[in-house]
Amino acid sequence: MMFVKKAMGTVCAAVMTVLVGQSPMPVQAADTVKIGSVLSLTGGAATLGDPELKTLQMYVEEANKTGGLLGRRIELVHYDDGSEPAKANGLIKRLLEDDKVDMLIGGTTTGASMAIYPLVEKAKIPFISLAGATVIAEPAKTWMFKISHHDRMVGEKVMADMKARGITSIGMLSDTSGYGQSARKEMQAVAQRLGVTIAVDETFNTKDTDVTAQLAKMKNNPAVKAIFVVSFGQGAIVATKNIAQLGITLPHYQAHGSASKEYIRLAGAAAEGVRLPAPALMVAAELPDNDPQKQISLDYAAAYEARYKTDLSPFGAYTRDAFFLWADAVKRAGGFDKAKVRDAIESTKGLAGTCGIVTMSAGDHLGLDVSAFKLVTVKNGAFVLAD
Amino acid sequence: MSSELLQFILSGVTLGATYTLAALGFSMIYNASGVINFAQGEFIMVGGMAASFLTAAGVPLPLACVLGVMVAGVIGWLIERFAIAPARDAEVASIIIITIGVSMIVRGFTEILLGKGAYALPHFSGEAPIALAGATILPQSLWVLAVCALIVAGLGLFFGRTRIGKGVLATSYNRLAAQLVGVDVRKVLTLSFVLSAAIGAVGGVLVTPIATVSFDTGVMLGLKGFVAATLGGLGSGPGAVFGGLFLGLIEALTAGYISSSYKDAVPFVLVFIVLVLRPQGLLGAKPTDRI
Repeated sequence: MMFVKKAMGTVCAAVMTVLVGQSPMPVQAADTVKIGSVLSLTGGAATLGDPELKTLQMYVEEANKTGGLLGRRIELVHYDDGSEPAKANGLIKRLLEDDKVDMLIGGTTTGASMAIYPLVEKAKIPFISLAGATVIAEPAKTWMFKISHHDRMVGEKVMADMKARGITSIGMLSDTSGYGQSARKEMQAVAQRLGVTIAVDETFNTKDTDVTAQLAKMKNNPAVKAIFVVSFGQGAIVATKNIAQLGITLPHYQAHGSASKEYIRLAGAAAEGVRLPAPALMVAAELPDNDPQKQISLDYAAAYEARYKTDLSPFGAYTRDAFFLWADAVKRAGGFDKAKVRDAIESTKGLAGTCGIVTMSAGDHLGLDVSAFKLVTVKNGAFVLAD
Repeated sequence: MSSELLQFILSGVTLGATYTLAALGFSMIYNASGVINFAQGEFIMVGGMAASFLTAAGVPLPLACVLGVMVAGVIGWLIERFAIAPARDAEVASIIIITIGVSMIVRGFTEILLGKGAYALPHFSGEAPIALAGATILPQSLWVLAVCALIVAGLGLFFGRTRIGKGVLATSYNRLAAQLVGVDVRKVLTLSFVLSAAIGAVGGVLVTPIATVSFDTGVMLGLKGFVAATLGGLGSGPGAVFGGLFLGLIEALTAGYISSSYKDAVPFVLVFIVLVLRPQGLLGAKPTDRI
């Protein structure tokens, strides 16, 4: 025991010497710029966080190959919050106090983004959130920016399409996850505003293996002229399969969470004819050549799929857009000063990304409107433009 | 009977059969050791995940399913050998906590090894739903029900007619007495872990074509299986079947006639009421105190 203690002491002393010896090295600090990121790489939101990190790593590496940003190498420091907002809070402290990062990308979930914002505001550091809920950008928070469309816009896009097809009374099936519940409220508000009646309003658990009971109610209610499923991942797939199983021929809408190749692959034939709002990324090949989103979307898809040999995910695309939003702002600010970069992000104008063309202002920290979504449908196992 | 009610019932029975397979695993391990194995849900997930990956790798579906179940069986054996057996003298509560830890490890390894996405298996006999008086059921659901019935019958024979099966039962009544009359209690415990892992995995394999599978599928199914086992009476085979089907039907009928918002709450409230009024479960034997 004594020996161990002694040995530990020696090691500590050695480490201290090395650390102290290295501390006056501002040269290296000036050479690198640090991106801090807290993502949900395990737990419930892992399917979102995984492509987010992969994309971020890919672009950081690519930027460093061509000399970094403004001549400085980019260093990515990332932590996993395990899909727990409380944990994200502690990790942000570490990023701010120990790692001394220059900007933050992350907050896979709305819970994590909102939990860390008070610390972000105190530290006065630009933070680009990847989460979905409207509350992140409305009202606009000084230091927080948002990449992904508001849930509300999903409803606006879907219900505008319904009305164009003469549908004003629908059945809605939303899941009981945090996302599903907040989206459900948003959809109810949009429906009321646009004059669409939700005749049957049902919920389900994303891990349910069968939701035919809820769907049978919609099938047997003559007021239901279309079904809108507000979910993502497995829940959306089970609902899609059950709709096909019950032989329901009503128009079937999904939320943007289903805009992934995984959805089509796993729902199979049941996904045919489903309509949903999706970022331009998912139908890039179909866009006209002069569309500013076309080439960057194709490039992102090609690079991601070649490197990771896995399906493209819209969640990865959010990180891509976040990274370039920051890089663009840094270039316009001419440096890494946190306040200047923040101001530059806020004055972003017409920046094309895979999810939309961003124009921010002091009151709008998302910079996208409903036109950023394309209404797509599934045809022969692929997404195509519906209009 | 209205076609709507029939659809609710079919939906409930489909759900219930899966819960039953999860509940049987809980009961078997509880019988052999008095432990509630919270890693039971992970066996369901491992079965589904392993079979999906093998199928994707080109292994024929029937073989992939069998291998998937075997993988889970081996994991069940490993868990018993390396996590449960070394702690056999510990309190039951400590072992239960070990099983919770084990479930996290299994989930974490699956997440790292096989990824975070969702996976599916092809339906065993086509996806065309079978129409039944205005309601529909998937052929896959019939597979779930049929295999579930076979397993229950098989377990009945095993416990009633075989020497080792009777040994398991004897151990569940009185471990020390069983040991004294020559039952290899260690073997019984190992066997119950392997068997319940395999049964859980069969459930996972069968339900994957309907519901898809991902690394975290086991959490909710395990929880529902536990509720089903408790409702029916922990340790009782018929209780697990009854509890599973009852739970599935209650969920479907609540979703159908009351509101789907209460669908997940009703079973948990129910289990609370049952535990207060009849702690041994609806079909469980009344516990007798030994003097």
